[in-house]
Amino acid sequence: MGIRLKVNGVIHEVDVESDAPLLWVIRDELGLTGTKFGCGIAVCGACTVHVNGQAMRSCRVPVGSVADAQITTIEGLGASGLNAVQQAWIEQQVPQCGYCQSGMIMAVSAFLASHPAPSDEQLAEAITNICRCGTYPRIRAAVRSLASSKRGGAS
Amino acid sequence: MITRRKFLIGTATAAGALVVGYGLWPSRRLARANLLDAKSGERFVASWIKIADDGTITVVIPHCDIGTGTYTSLCQMAAEELDADWSKVRAETAPADPLFANGPLAEGFVLDIRHMSADSIPNFLQGATRNTFRTIAEYMDMQMTGGSSAVSMTGVYGMRVAGAAVREMLVKAAGTRGSAPADEFRTEMSQVIHMPSGKSFTYGELAAEAAQYSPSSHPKLKAKSDYKLIGKPIARMDIPAKVQGAVQYGIDTKLPGMWYGAIRISPVFGGKLVSANEEAVAHWPGVKKIVKLDDAVVVLADRFWRANRAVDALPSVFDGAANSQVSSKTILDRHLTALKDGKIKQDLKVGQGAAALTNATVIERVYNVPYLAHAPMEPVNATALYKNDGTLEVWAGTQDGLGSRAFCAKAAGIHLDKVAFHLLPSGGGFGRRLPGLWNFLTYTVKTAMAVPGVPVKVIFSREQEMQHDFYRPNVTSRLKAVLAANSAPSVWVNDYTTNEDPNEEAHIFYAVPNQDYGTVKVETHVPTGPWRSVEASWHGFFTESFIDELAHQAKRDPLEYRSALLQDKPRHLATLKLAADKAGWGQPLPANRGRGLAITQCFGTIVAHVAEVEVADDGTVKVHRFTTAADCGMAVNPNGFRAQMESAVIFGLSAALFGEITIDRGAVVQENFPDYPVVHLADCPEIDVHIRESDAPLGGAGEPGIPPVAPALTNAIFAATGVRIRELPVKNHSLAKAVRQS
Repeated sequence: MGIRLKVNGVIHEVDVESDAPLLWVIRDELGLTGTKFGCGIAVCGACTVHVNGQAMRSCRVPVGSVADAQITTIEGLGASGLNAVQQAWIEQQVPQCGYCQSGMIMAVSAFLASHPAPSDEQLAEAITNICRCGTYPRIRAAVRSLASSKRGGAS
Repeated sequence: MITRRKFLIGTATAAGALVVGYGLWPSRRLARANLLDAKSGERFVASWIKIADDGTITVVIPHCDIGTGTYTSLCQMAAEELDADWSKVRAETAPADPLFANGPLAEGFVLDIRHMSADSIPNFLQGATRNTFRTIAEYMDMQMTGGSSAVSMTGVYGMRVAGAAVREMLVKAAGTRGSAPADEFRTEMSQVIHMPSGKSFTYGELAAEAAQYSPSSHPKLKAKSDYKLIGKPIARMDIPAKVQGAVQYGIDTKLPGMWYGAIRISPVFGGKLVSANEEAVAHWPGVKKIVKLDDAVVVLADRFWRANRAVDALPSVFDGAANSQVSSKTILDRHLTALKDGKIKQDLKVGQGAAALTNATVIERVYNVPYLAHAPMEPVNATALYKNDGTLEVWAGTQDGLGSRAFCAKAAGIHLDKVAFHLLPSGGGFGRRLPGLWNFLTYTVKTAMAVPGVPVKVIFSREQEMQHDFYRPNVTSRLKAVLAANSAPSVWVNDYTTNEDPNEEAHIFYAVPNQDYGTVKVETHVPTGPWRSVEASWHGFFTESFIDELAHQAKRDPLEYRSALLQDKPRHLATLKLAADKAGWGQPLPANRGRGLAITQCFGTIVAHVAEVEVADDGTVKVHRFTTAADCGMAVNPNGFRAQMESAVIFGLSAALFGEITIDRGAVVQENFPDYPVVHLADCPEIDVHIRESDAPLGGAGEPGIPPVAPALTNAIFAATGVRIRELPVKNHSLAKAVRQS
C-alpha cells in the first residue's frame, strides 16, 4: 500500500501510513534533509515546503493529503541554479547557523510569487517563521532588494 | 584582599609587542596529523594548515560551526599572514583528537593570578579576562566554542601565528630550490617570488618541501597597515551551502539500519522512572525496542515519527520525590529570604565598601531575572553506534568535539581510545551544546549500548528540549546606593543570589569610591548552565537598570550621568557617546516614545545600545530601533561582527520581552514556542550598528551584544511611560495607560 509523492519533479512511491507527517517522509524516506524539524506543531516554519506553489509547514501535513500534489523542497528550489531569493540571501549574507533558512527561503519565495514587491509590513505579516540567530534585519534587506528590482523592472 | 580563582589571558599590549606564537606543533607531530586528517595530495605544513599540490589551502578549525561565522574569520586570519590567494582557501572542522585541541592555545596565555585582587589587574589586561575560560586548566583537552573566544584566542594565537610560520617555511623552501637567501623573496597570492629574477614558485609546488622545516613559534607578523584580508567584510564561506539546504547538521546523520529514538525524561528534574507500560506500544508499527533508563524512557522505532507517537502514548510513571513541590514562587521566596536573612559572603570591597552606607539616605532596589531556555532551532540530538567489538562511534553537533568524545567515553564506561566522535554543524548553540549540558549525549550513548550493533539517533522533541535544558539561572539582586552632594553615587552595594562562584561581571566600571559585592548561595534542583553571555546576561540588566534609576533620582540625563562616571574610561566613554550620537540622543520624540541606553563590557568587547520604543495606550510595546556602538579592538570581519550585534539585539529582545521558564510542581511549565515566545520578523526593530576601532586587544563578537539589550529596553520603557521594570520579562507587566496613571 504505497503512496505516490511528486517531489521536486520526481515521482516516489513510499510505503508509509497515510497520516505520517510529510516532513519525516521527505527527510527519512526520501533523504531530502534540507527540510528541517524545529517544533513539530507548525509554529516555527523550519519545515516549510511548497505544495502546489503554496508554502506549507510539513510537520503537520499528513502525507496522504498531498499524494497528488506538486511538492517542492529547498533541494528542488535551486536545482537549476540558485533562484533569486537564494541569491539575495547570499548578497545580504543572511544565514548564521542556517538551520531555519531552508524554511525561511521556501516561505519567502512562495510569498514573493504572489506579492513581488511587498512593503515591510506585508512581509512581516506574512512571514512568521522563527530564526533564533536573529537574521530578520537581513531577511528584510534581502526582500527589500528583491522588491525594488521588481519595482524598477515594472517602471 | 584575595579574591576568587581568576585567570587572565595575556594579549597584545597597546604597543602590540606581546603577540607570540603558541600551540604550534613540533614538526614530529605532523606525521600523526597527516595520518588523521590529510587526504591524498595534501599535507599539514604546520598546525591547522594543510596545503595541497594543486595549491588548495585548508584551514583546520578547532571549533564547531554554530553559526557565528568564525570559520571565515579564522581563515581570514591564517590566509592574511600566509599571503594566500583567498579563492584557494577552504575551512574544515578539526578531528576530535587531542592533537587538535584548542585548549593549549589558551594555556600559553593563562596566568593564574588567584592571589591578586581584581582591582590590581593592570588596566590594559582587564579587557582580556575570559570568564568561560576561568577553569581552563581543568579543560586542557578541549575544543571549546564558547566565551566568544574563537577569533580573539584561536585566531590571534593560533591562526595568525600558524599562517605566518607556514609562510616563512614556504620562503625557506623556495630559497633552497633557488639557492638564494630568504630576504630576496616576497610572497603574494599563494606564490613565493624571487625578486631579483622574477622567478616564482606556487605554494602547491613548495608545500611538501616546506613541511620538512620546523615552524617558528615567533614568526614575523604583519603590521595592521599591511592587512589585505583582516578587517575586510569578506563573504562567509558557509552561506552558499546554507541557502541550498545542503549543510549536514547533527540531526541529518543517517546510517544504514539506523533506529530512531524518541525520549521522555522525568518531568521533575532528578526524578526517577518508576514504570513504563511497554505492552501498550510494543506492537505498534515500526516499534523496535523500549529502553528504560534511570530517569527516562526511550522508544526506538524504524522511523522517528513512529517512535515519537509511541513515546507520547507510552504510559510512563516518574517519581519526582522531594522536588515535586518546588515552584517559581517558592524559589523566588527563597531568594528574597536569603538576601534578607542569609549570610552574605563578601566578594569584593572597594574603599569603605558597605560601611559607607551609614547615616545617609540609601536608595535600595531589588531586581530579578528568570530562568531562560536556549531554544536553538535544531533540537538537541545525537547518533551513536555501539559496536559488538566494544567501540563506540558518535555523531552530534556540540560546542566541544574533543570534550564530547571524552564525555561519551565516560558515559559508556569505556576507554577514550575506543570512542570516535564526529563533530557536525549545529543549528544554533547559544551555550546549549557546551560541556556540562550534554544530557543528549548521555541518553543517546546509553540507548545505543542497550542495542549493540544498531545505530540509533535520539532526537529531543521541542517539548523535551524546552523542558530538559540547562537554564540561564534565575537570579535576584539587591542594589543599594547613596548619592553624594554632586548627585554621583558615593557607595554602590550589590548583593545577589547565586548557585556558583561570585561573578566578576557584577563589578562596575563606573567611578564610585566605595563598592561592595556579596553573594548568597541559593541552590535549587533546576539545572542551570551558560546561556549566551553567561553572567553578564544578568549583571548587565541589574547594573544598567540601577545606574539609570540613580540618574533619574538625581534628575540628571542618563547619558550625561554615566559619562561623568566614565571620565577615566576613554573606550567606554567613546563607545557610549558614539551610540548616543548616532541615535540622536536628546532630540525630541513623538508622544508615547522613549529612548533608553545601556553599556556593558564582556569578553573584551564594549557594547552600548540605545533603544527607541513606543508604548501604546493599551500597553503594547513596539521596539522601533536599536542603535549599537561596539569597540572590539578591531573587527576581523566587520560584516560578520555587525551580524553578531544584530543577532544579539534580537536574541536579547526575545529574552527581555518574553523569555521566561517557570517551574510548577518541580517541572518546567513551558513546552514549545507558543508558550515560550520569541521575536518574529514583525517584532524586529531597525538595527543600526557602528563599529569603533581601538588599539585594544581583539574582543569577542558572539556574546557581548546581549547584556545591554534588556536594560536599554527597560530604560526606554521608563522614559516613555515612567514605569520602571525590575523583573524580567516585560510581558508580565501591564503598561496600559489606565494602569500607569492609577
